[in-house]
Amino acid sequence: MPVDQSVDTTTPSDLKTLEAGLDNLETSGRPHTSAKSYLARLLSPLIAIAVIIVIWQIVTSLQLQPDYILPTPRQVWDALAQQAAQDLLWQSALNSIKRAGQGFIISIIVATPIGLALGFYPKLRAILGPILTGLQQLPSVAWVPAAIIWFGLSDATIFAVVLLGAVPSIANGLLAGMDQIPPIYLRAGQAMGAKGFGRIWRIVLPAAWPGYLAGLEQGWAFAWRSLMAAELIAVSPALGPGLGQMLDVGRSLGDMALILGAIAMIMAVGILIERLIFSPLRERTLRNRGLIR
Amino acid sequence: MTLPSGARTSVDSDYAVRLTNVVKQYLADGPVIIDDLTLDVRPGEFISLVGASGCGKSTLLNIISGLDRQTSGEVETSGPPSFMFQEAALMPWLTAGKNVELALTFAGVPRSERRTRAEELLSIVHLERSYDQRPHELSGGMRQRVAIARALAQGRSILLMDEPFAALDAITRDLLHEELTRIWIETGLAIIFVTHNVREAVRLSQRVLLMSSRPGRIIQEWNIGGHEPWRLDSPDVANLASVITDELRREIMRHAS
Repeated sequence: MPVDQSVDTTTPSDLKTLEAGLDNLETSGRPHTSAKSYLARLLSPLIAIAVIIVIWQIVTSLQLQPDYILPTPRQVWDALAQQAAQDLLWQSALNSIKRAGQGFIISIIVATPIGLALGFYPKLRAILGPILTGLQQLPSVAWVPAAIIWFGLSDATIFAVVLLGAVPSIANGLLAGMDQIPPIYLRAGQAMGAKGFGRIWRIVLPAAWPGYLAGLEQGWAFAWRSLMAAELIAVSPALGPGLGQMLDVGRSLGDMALILGAIAMIMAVGILIERLIFSPLRERTLRNRGLIR
Repeated sequence: MTLPSGARTSVDSDYAVRLTNVVKQYLADGPVIIDDLTLDVRPGEFISLVGASGCGKSTLLNIISGLDRQTSGEVETSGPPSFMFQEAALMPWLTAGKNVELALTFAGVPRSERRTRAEELLSIVHLERSYDQRPHELSGGMRQRVAIARALAQGRSILLMDEPFAALDAITRDLLHEELTRIWIETGLAIIFVTHNVREAVRLSQRVLLMSSRPGRIIQEWNIGGHEPWRLDSPDVANLASVITDELRREIMRHAS
């Protein structure tokens, strides 16, 4: 029987085997570089901290300045230990973290629809975009006096300042993320019949996520800063303790060790949140999308 | 192998796509991109549109899919088509399996059935082991196969393909041709395949339509009929392809002056 050269005689199982072979050849099966362990992630900043403490210790031991101007690491430690003994240290830290966290979550809820609306309606963006950017430039501590007059010395004052700090960054981050969505994803979504809320939830937000996440990270930093400014200025027994208030107590007592201790605590919280939440999220996002190996 | 149940809408009409005097102009006084184009595609038919760049092939697909609108004329389809692009356009934040599930979600498939359905669809394109792989971990050919599975997941009876294999290497493209032919025979989809690769068009389709450029019109048509899947290097493919290529060149030369 003559063989017809023009007809494809590949059987379905040949095809499957051919494809499997090609698939294996073309995907080198490179191993995932495993995420550095959580512990390593937390501990690596300690090296820098240790170096700073050593230099600090050396400088103070030279006694160039009296210790009410530049206390030793030991004195700062003792000041924090004293606060801890009165239960004030953890209470202040937890109180501040809770306030910032609540303010941050409210900010996300407020900022996300704003970002989406501005991203979807260019005309609205032309009107409101510059104001949003202006608000982002404005240090939110500038709002503290106004907020105190409007809301008195209450939690509302503190949340108002935190929101004014965080919302513009989050909304602008989401906008930047939406600007960078490759149009092909939107077209593919449209071809699949994506519309309305499903389109936003399953296509637009995940596609804009890298920019949105950067906005969230910046929003958190602004929320934390704004909170410290608000706590430092709006001091009242009704508000309870906080790290900002601890700074104010140190200032009024002229206790430099306590002031430096409070500063160290504020930084430590910032570093911890970044290491524990934002840094893993960022790495996961980049790795999942093949932007880093 | 059959397509998972419910993944195909039944077609009662005698056409899958019917274009009547379709005209496309982006600006009222601008160039005519598509001029008075009339075309019937039967249910289950595989046609290819070939033409030089700028002949409005892609615009035509966009119009058929509803991603773009014609200036005048009528576009009728037996149902909404699914669309495959030159890029796989998989969502990079989802695994291969979840990309297929996304299409099932938009097609209204209940959550409890999506996983099984997506696995079945991936096994149709021989990627059942790649469910949990991310698009960037797949080769270009594998990505396009996921895109085929995703297109099938939409449960449509028409598939529009805009140069889907243009960016692939020759070996992979060859395998995907066989894969597509097999899937077309199994599913009975009507396929409109846009390409500038004449051999590819001849090998795959039952009908090859040559489009002119500026304005885009169908200037010639070759009926190949329901043939056995051809090899890309077979003499029959080569002979017909050279005839069509000559016509295509004549058309391009017309634009020299």
